[in-house]
Amino acid sequence: MSPSYQDLLATAREVIPEVEPSEVAPRVEAGDGPLIIDVRETAEWDQGHLPGAVHIPRGFLESRVAGATSGTDQELLISCASGQRSLLAAKTLADMGYTNVTNLAGGFARWKQNNYPVEVPRILSPAQRSRYSRHVLIPEVGEEGQLKLLDSKALLIGAGGLGSPAAYYLAAAGVGTIGLVDDDEVDESNLQRQIIHTTERVGMNKGESAKEAIRALNPEVQVNVHPFRVNRDNVLDLLEEYDVVVDGADNFPTRYLLADASLMTRTPLVHASILRFEGHASVFNPYDGPCYRCLFPEPPPPDLAPSCGEAGVLGVLCGVMGNVQATEAIKVLLGIGDTLSGRLLIYDALGMTFTELKVRRDPDCPSCGPNADLQLRDYEAWCAGVGSHDHVGATA
Amino acid sequence: MSTVKIPPVLRQAVGGERTVEVTGETVGEVLTNLCDQHPAVGSQILTPDGELHKYVNVYVNDEDARLLQWTDTPVGEGDTLMILPAMAGGER
Ligand SMILES: [Zn+2]
Repeated sequence: MSPSYQDLLATAREVIPEVEPSEVAPRVEAGDGPLIIDVRETAEWDQGHLPGAVHIPRGFLESRVAGATSGTDQELLISCASGQRSLLAAKTLADMGYTNVTNLAGGFARWKQNNYPVEVPRILSPAQRSRYSRHVLIPEVGEEGQLKLLDSKALLIGAGGLGSPAAYYLAAAGVGTIGLVDDDEVDESNLQRQIIHTTERVGMNKGESAKEAIRALNPEVQVNVHPFRVNRDNVLDLLEEYDVVVDGADNFPTRYLLADASLMTRTPLVHASILRFEGHASVFNPYDGPCYRCLFPEPPPPDLAPSCGEAGVLGVLCGVMGNVQATEAIKVLLGIGDTLSGRLLIYDALGMTFTELKVRRDPDCPSCGPNADLQLRDYEAWCAGVGSHDHVGATA
Repeated sequence: MSTVKIPPVLRQAVGGERTVEVTGETVGEVLTNLCDQHPAVGSQILTPDGELHKYVNVYVNDEDARLLQWTDTPVGEGDTLMILPAMAGGER
């Protein structure tokens, strides 16, 4: 005769030791307990679980256990609601060769009755789970990563060519707070590339205009409009409020100001610049890899550094580079992958080539070097000064 | 013969080309020959003393020439030199 459910439980009990909550609670509290695998369904897990437990629903136990454990000799404590599903799960693990498996007697119910500590996981709401489902499916992001993005704050300098696509995609991705620094108004000539704005909103502050677009796309995102220019009096307070800064500035004084200020506040800086058909991008992690001044110690004079307003820019180039920035910002916020730190990415849209240059930290860097005297200066005057000195035509 | 990649701001000075083939055994020779052929480039990237401006980076393949042997860095067939000034834009 085939074994009944009771027979299966009895057989499992013969090989799987049961542990009372009172026996294991002090070890769990001290942080030296066994690896706890909770085999309940997701809806049960979401109501609360043992501190530090890993969640593997019973149906996925065989396929996922190897990924959650360090080896078949690791000490495992299996738990469920009442101790029966976990007993059978533990038996399965023993059959799979795990040699040190125990079962939590009475399960989560008895643990909770005895008032031992419980962790209630922060979870996405059903609406969020649906909106961000394509992120949740990616192992490197998942629900945990999405929650991290929702808690994150990104500051964008400029809601223009680079800031438009970057802000739009960061908002779509569910970055919870987006700050937009821009004192400029939407102009008709912006709409060839600044896709977050609209013809109807010509004349509106760019931050306000972007806020409207973001609200329509993802009302959950908190948008802070900072309708002024970033300067040395406000930059540190601004950066302190955010986890990452995305530099889409259109001038060197602002870029060098951000480079120095982000070192002071230890804020990762996601850089991009664009002209005509060409884009540069990199990531500057404060004191962990090179900074902007390690790469470009001094700005070039104005005629070697025309603005897009003077020299033009292919509209769609802004989309590519702004989205490189959005990608890097998300990676920085999640702590995943290899960012462009230590590399300068050069995109040539005419040749459709991506080139990478190595960027090293400069031991003599005047901003991040060990002997640097880092302080915010008058960047307008400094850029004008270094740009003009000894700039006289001469050939070799 | 090395390939020199010309940044957008200097393309007018070389007749609109994105790359120029230049002879020379070292970074210094290549840059000197480039500036001889295209004096308008020299007026932008060199000081009156013929030194490279500090705001111009030069890369040999993917490495900063200043971290190699700077102007003495040997170059040859198949090497790519990139002249790279910082770009300001951005576009608010
Ligand atoms: Zn530096």
